[in-house]
Amino acid sequence: MLKTPEPTTFSRILSVGASRGSKAVTNDDIAGPIDSSDEWIRQRTGLITRARAAEGEEAVDFATAASLEAIEKAGISPDQIDAIIVATISNPVPTPSLSTLLSARIGAVGAAAYDISAACAGYTYAVAQADALIRAGLAKYVLAIGAEKLSEWIDPTDRSISFLLGDGAGAALIGPSDTPGISKSILGSDGSAWDKIYMTNTLFEYRDAKNTTSDSDTAEINWPTIRQEGQAVFRWAVWEMAKVAKEALEIAGVKPEELSAFIPHQANMRIIDEFAKQLKLPSNVVIAKDIETTGNTSAASIPLATHRLLEEHPELSGGLALQIGFGAGLVYGAQVVVLP
Amino acid sequence: MALSADQVLAGLAEIVTDETGIATDAVQLDKSFTDDLDIDSISMMTIVVAAEDKFGVKIPDDEVKNLVTVADAVNFITSAQG
Repeated sequence: MLKTPEPTTFSRILSVGASRGSKAVTNDDIAGPIDSSDEWIRQRTGLITRARAAEGEEAVDFATAASLEAIEKAGISPDQIDAIIVATISNPVPTPSLSTLLSARIGAVGAAAYDISAACAGYTYAVAQADALIRAGLAKYVLAIGAEKLSEWIDPTDRSISFLLGDGAGAALIGPSDTPGISKSILGSDGSAWDKIYMTNTLFEYRDAKNTTSDSDTAEINWPTIRQEGQAVFRWAVWEMAKVAKEALEIAGVKPEELSAFIPHQANMRIIDEFAKQLKLPSNVVIAKDIETTGNTSAASIPLATHRLLEEHPELSGGLALQIGFGAGLVYGAQVVVLP
Repeated sequence: MALSADQVLAGLAEIVTDETGIATDAVQLDKSFTDDLDIDSISMMTIVVAAEDKFGVKIPDDEVKNLVTVADAVNFITSAQG
């Protein structure tokens, strides 16, 4: 008879680690090219500074530091890790993956390793996969990581999204548990809105433009950078995602008043505030607002915000947190987790 | 029954006041949301969604940029009510 894996009943997040770009970029630093001011940026986005990579810092460096912290806190050795899942849009090469380089850096010899591309929802996808791998009996310990260096993809003159973006990585070490630690994840997409958050052009177009001598056809082709249709994304991120958040709570059998924390993707403080308002969260639910000094770090934002929340509010450990990621694709993911 | 333009204006003014704190009587037909009322794109979207709920109409993303003045919004909502 064919042998199949021994399933495990529950998984949970054992620990989290974080690493942010070491350069604090202020609003004044970036206001000039977008004809803006510190006051305007604070008022419209809630950002005071954003953490960006200093010279020589790469996404894999952030992922390494965050992973090593998570491993140490969990009290396991790196060679016990069975799988590494890195959610990223910042791997500088299409192949090999950032996760395999990371496995070598942290000493997770022989672990299954792969990257996933789900933009700002990437970490929630990674957590869902880690939970599934563990419960299916395919892995015991899994690292779920969001790692980004978005400063490679920004245009200083762009007023739509560039000024919000930051660099960093957050890692969660996920393992088996005797009690429920991760609810059924809600994952989904709306590909009809593929063009709402986008790159200005492809890398191939950029290459071809550089290789051509004619100026007229290629004047608009520059290094690709990220843009968004802010109003449309705002509406989707608040009102459509509020439905997803409510569904995630319902499936988890958790009432809003049973939550200790709400950890949405750190896209923009206005989105976070309006989202919390729409969910009618009781005042005792702590809302993660790491964006204020870190910026929007796409897949890294939820684990970074979780890490900061636990540093500032250690009493939240063991409580329930609703986490929801949403972004380019459009894609989204949500689950309720027990905080480590 | 569809509301009159005056009723839509009154309802819209209430929404603007709730979302932004701007005095209800400042919300006049000839006022521009951005230039006169200083409403930014994100606040505009909260107003749009609240107006959809209140008046039972759909205001597509692509339409929002055409709603420059309060009159534009009142006209759109009035005709969208059918």
